[in-house]
Amino acid sequence: MGALLRLLFYGVLVRGVVLIVLGLNVRHRERLPTRGPAILAANHNSHLDAMALISLLPLRLLPRVRPVAAADYFLRNRWLAWFALNVVGIVPLNRQRQHAHDDLLAPVAEALERGDILIFFPEGSRGEPEQLAEFKTGLARIAERRPDVPVIPVYTYGLGKALPKGEWMIVPFFVDIFVGEPLRFDGDRGAYMERYRSAMAALALEEKHADWT
Amino acid sequence: MNPLQLWVPPSVLWVVAAVVGVLVVASVIVAVLRRGDDAGRHAELAARVRSWWVLVTIFALAISFRRGIAIAFFALLSFLALKEYLSLIPTRRADRRVLFWAYLCVPLQYLWVWQQWYNMFLIFIPVWAFLFIAMRMVLRGETRDFLRAAGSIHWGLMTMVFGLSHLAWLLVLPGAAPVAAHGAALLLFVVLLTELNDVMQYVWGRTLGRHRIIESVSPKKTAEGLIGGILTTTLLAVALAPLLTPLTRTDAIAVGLMIGCGGFIGDVTISALKRDIGVKDSGTLIPGHGGILDRVDSLLFTAPLFFHFLMYFYF
Repeated sequence: MGALLRLLFYGVLVRGVVLIVLGLNVRHRERLPTRGPAILAANHNSHLDAMALISLLPLRLLPRVRPVAAADYFLRNRWLAWFALNVVGIVPLNRQRQHAHDDLLAPVAEALERGDILIFFPEGSRGEPEQLAEFKTGLARIAERRPDVPVIPVYTYGLGKALPKGEWMIVPFFVDIFVGEPLRFDGDRGAYMERYRSAMAALALEEKHADWT
Repeated sequence: MNPLQLWVPPSVLWVVAAVVGVLVVASVIVAVLRRGDDAGRHAELAARVRSWWVLVTIFALAISFRRGIAIAFFALLSFLALKEYLSLIPTRRADRRVLFWAYLCVPLQYLWVWQQWYNMFLIFIPVWAFLFIAMRMVLRGETRDFLRAAGSIHWGLMTMVFGLSHLAWLLVLPGAAPVAAHGAALLLFVVLLTELNDVMQYVWGRTLGRHRIIESVSPKKTAEGLIGGILTTTLLAVALAPLLTPLTRTDAIAVGLMIGCGGFIGDVTISALKRDIGVKDSGTLIPGHGGILDRVDSLLFTAPLFFHFLMYFYF
């Protein structure tokens, strides 16, 4: 039941919105993973981010594709939690430790263990639309645990214009999605995040974007 | 007589068949050019020809079956063109919902076409949408860059929605007018001549082009390309007019010249827009061509010009 709803949600509704209302301009599509485990690490501007990224992957992979999302936000009431867990299929992540020994990244590690392809937003929240917030180091911590899992930087532009934080109405815009080369962990978290940051900056410069202020 | 229940007359089918014939010849020429060691060359030319196959197929399917389907197709085209335009230009965050209203003009404008409500079709974008969008913007209360934003949103509506919708109104001609004509034939006439004019200006420019004509906007445009294109288009207009339109010989010459010049102006107008923004192609939807705007740029001018010429002298 959940799997069927999920297929309808992503296969029909999300793809319809993404293809007709938005329209994607994807560069370097061949760099996307063809199997799990893998992580797509993207900038975060909109609820549409995960939807657009998931629609890039073939439906065959859908059972394996899951966005990592904040538990405090998406599990805040029973209905939203049901929708987030069963239809969207999130991997819930607590952003704050309740006890000193809590392993916040454990759900992510388990998902990678199962061979999932995860959509991960290192910024941690959507923030101001179309502005890059600071990347948190969660990404490097995951990479340190699983250095064998490829992390693919993905830069998106336009989704924050189509549906920014605090809005409910989607306004059509073409969306750019630029896929980067997979990153490998080399033993240093700071250096790793620096490489991720510069990969994202290079992707952002592939196209000049008009002002939106 | 008509087992497929097509609403288009045989003349349209014959002309579409001729276009397919030209594409076959073009594909053979490209294949010959690229055989053997030259396989890597002419990649863009090959991409363009492939895209023409797709465009011609979509266009033929869109206009052949029912008038309603054809009108809906042009509504979709307007929507895509407007979306590309609004994604390309700088917009204000404050205008996000204003843009939603601008998009809403697309189905309404094509609804007037479907209903054949001519007066509303003519004034909806220039008057109602113009006033409403300005009002909606000013009630939002953001005055920074107000004029630029209001102007650019309305320019988009005038070109991508109002301008392109003239193609759809051709489909509902002749209406009640006592003129022997078929809407789909008129539409095919202007679209075919406009696109061939683009191709011929390119071909003449590439083979004979010496004198640059408007270098600051579009450095590849030459006087030879322009004149060669206009003359070829005028000849084709004279040849095709008896088959597809009620135009007399003299009027066909006038329309040919008008489409030749109008197509050029439409093309360089969108070039100027892209140069202002700082992009080369408006999008990536059509391989070898660019985006929707790169393909419909000439039509933005030729469609209203041809339409009002017909309305003035014939309908």
